[in-house]
Amino acid sequence: MKIHEYQAKEILRKYGVTTPRGIPCFSVDEAVSAAAKLGGSVWVVKAQIHAGGRGKGGGVKVAKSPAEVKSYASSILGMQLKTHQTGPEGQKVRRLLIEEGADIRKELYVGMVVDRGTQRVVLMASSEGGMDIEEVAARTPEKIHKVAIDPLRGLSDADADGVARKIGVPEGSVPQARALLQALYKAFDETDASLAEINPLILTGDGKVVALDAKIDFDGNALFRHPDLVALRDLDEEDPAEVEASKHDLNYIQLDGNIGCLVNGAGLAMASMDIIKLYGGSPANFLDVGGSATAEKVTEAFKIMLRNPELKAILVNIFGGIMKCDVIAQGVVAAAREVSLNVPLVVRLEGTNVEIGKKILAESGLPIISANNMADAAQKAVAAAKGAH
Amino acid sequence: MSILINKNTRVMTQGITGKTGQFHTKTGKEYANGKNCYVAGVTPKKGGQSYEGIPIFNSVREAKAATGANVSVIYVPPPYAAAAIEEAVDAELDLVICITEGIPVRDMIRTKYKMEQQRSKTLLIGPNCPGVITPDEIKIGIMPGHIHKKGPVGVVSRSGTLTYEAVGQLMELGLGQSSCVGIGGDPVNGLKHIDVMKMFNDDPQTEAVIMVGEIGGSNEEECARWIKANMKKPVVGFIAGVTAPPGKRMGHAGAIISGGKGTAEEKLAVMEECGIRTTKNPAEMGKLLKSALK
Repeated sequence: MKIHEYQAKEILRKYGVTTPRGIPCFSVDEAVSAAAKLGGSVWVVKAQIHAGGRGKGGGVKVAKSPAEVKSYASSILGMQLKTHQTGPEGQKVRRLLIEEGADIRKELYVGMVVDRGTQRVVLMASSEGGMDIEEVAARTPEKIHKVAIDPLRGLSDADADGVARKIGVPEGSVPQARALLQALYKAFDETDASLAEINPLILTGDGKVVALDAKIDFDGNALFRHPDLVALRDLDEEDPAEVEASKHDLNYIQLDGNIGCLVNGAGLAMASMDIIKLYGGSPANFLDVGGSATAEKVTEAFKIMLRNPELKAILVNIFGGIMKCDVIAQGVVAAAREVSLNVPLVVRLEGTNVEIGKKILAESGLPIISANNMADAAQKAVAAAKGAH
Repeated sequence: MSILINKNTRVMTQGITGKTGQFHTKTGKEYANGKNCYVAGVTPKKGGQSYEGIPIFNSVREAKAATGANVSVIYVPPPYAAAAIEEAVDAELDLVICITEGIPVRDMIRTKYKMEQQRSKTLLIGPNCPGVITPDEIKIGIMPGHIHKKGPVGVVSRSGTLTYEAVGQLMELGLGQSSCVGIGGDPVNGLKHIDVMKMFNDDPQTEAVIMVGEIGGSNEEECARWIKANMKKPVVGFIAGVTAPPGKRMGHAGAIISGGKGTAEEKLAVMEECGIRTTKNPAEMGKLLKSALK
């Protein structure tokens, strides 16, 4: 689960990380009064969307007067902010963060992720702050320093100091950097984060170490023990179809193609998308109905897919293990009757109770195109999608 | 022969009183030699009861002492599943297969750390996996037993249903399997492709291996490099997720492409370089294996 920058900073402040003073705002008026409340003569107006790359997209502006705060806030609030992470349509800005200006002497990068290789949380740090870490990793990998963190002892003083020095924190500021890195790990660990990034981490003119930006993602599997974090979820930032699917415990991701896919199991769902592409089609979504789907769940899945105006065909690909084919068949028939199915439907069933499942489909009288195997199913779905123009 | 489990394996089910645990213990017991293999169940505070004639114990240690079970399968709900793995490790079982999906990564980091610190000899498979089957001998997990048949092909995969798909294609061509191992889709987990591949290499029954991977991480690449240097048998491969958009989590927590790393293309390229024949068509895994067997 993702949260906004201002929310991530609130969490980090609780753990003792220094950030600029700031106030989240939902309107231009709030932004102007926030600037007055913060005082000073320089403010930063920052769009709050979940995607990165906001600065380059025009979502972050430095204001040198209350009038500029007002003008930037008006232009940013409500804009469709396009960044390399939002896709071409952009993301509508509904929240702002107004912050006091900072005296930046140096920009650094620190981040933490779960690393598959070491099976630990790894601290990554670089002297190249303010840029995409992926870009730094590709161009100058020697500038990224990594430390795997001992899950019981946490980030040691020696490791924290070592990393701070390697990324160019001056000796006088090393104790502050150590405290910040240790606080970042504590926050990561205690909130069940899957990713935490401070980019840039800045050194100010007077030697302070400050988190100028912050990003935290949480492990969805651990949200059951963090109701306070769940409350931070912003549904406006998520795809409406994905939000609807999550209510029904369906694993759905919207894509930009026109063939809807309903599959059991994540691996087979990805493989179904792949084979559609291979035969010249384009998947409209990833959808894993899971191992224990009921007829109701299948119906909901159909409704969500059919809301997509681009949809030209649906491919149901089920290899029944725990999931019985007759249950899926009943769900498909019920769904096709309940919703007005206006696109061709290709169904491939295999596995447990496959014969009963096929019989249910055949006897339903519905115009279902049945397929014998995965390749046959994909080819038929691609052909059907082309024919439906 | 086979790998990991066979008809003489003695299994206990941790979480045997839950609905999932009961269902799959029953189907496991009904499969091949299952009635002799499933010897114990564990649920705290339910010791002394029984399910389908299988005695239930309060702890793994008790179950092991009373029945000699050396393998456990875990269906415990996600908040308690990592602790269940640790209990099995503490009782020094040979193998723990954790089916549970949705365990917090933080819990698994600590459990793996503990296993490392204890220099535990217990092998862990999963979590979030379908389990292991040695056809016509024993089935431990949630896969449909009836689609399998004993034979020369080893299958190792991160995905459940995609493993069934591979098995289904093999069966169409009349090819049975030595063992099929689902290692699971989580980022922090037990055995990796490489560990299972080494076992298939040493198993006399296995003549060729299908390796099914997916986007995210670099385990497939590590396995491919090991194969190039050591493997005596043909290996064919498929990687799911060529069309997956970057940054999105595709169902499995581990199936995410971050920063251009872990893409299907990258994995396929390394596998091909290492002499593994790959296909981009998931409907042709069986055919590819058959052609490699000749």
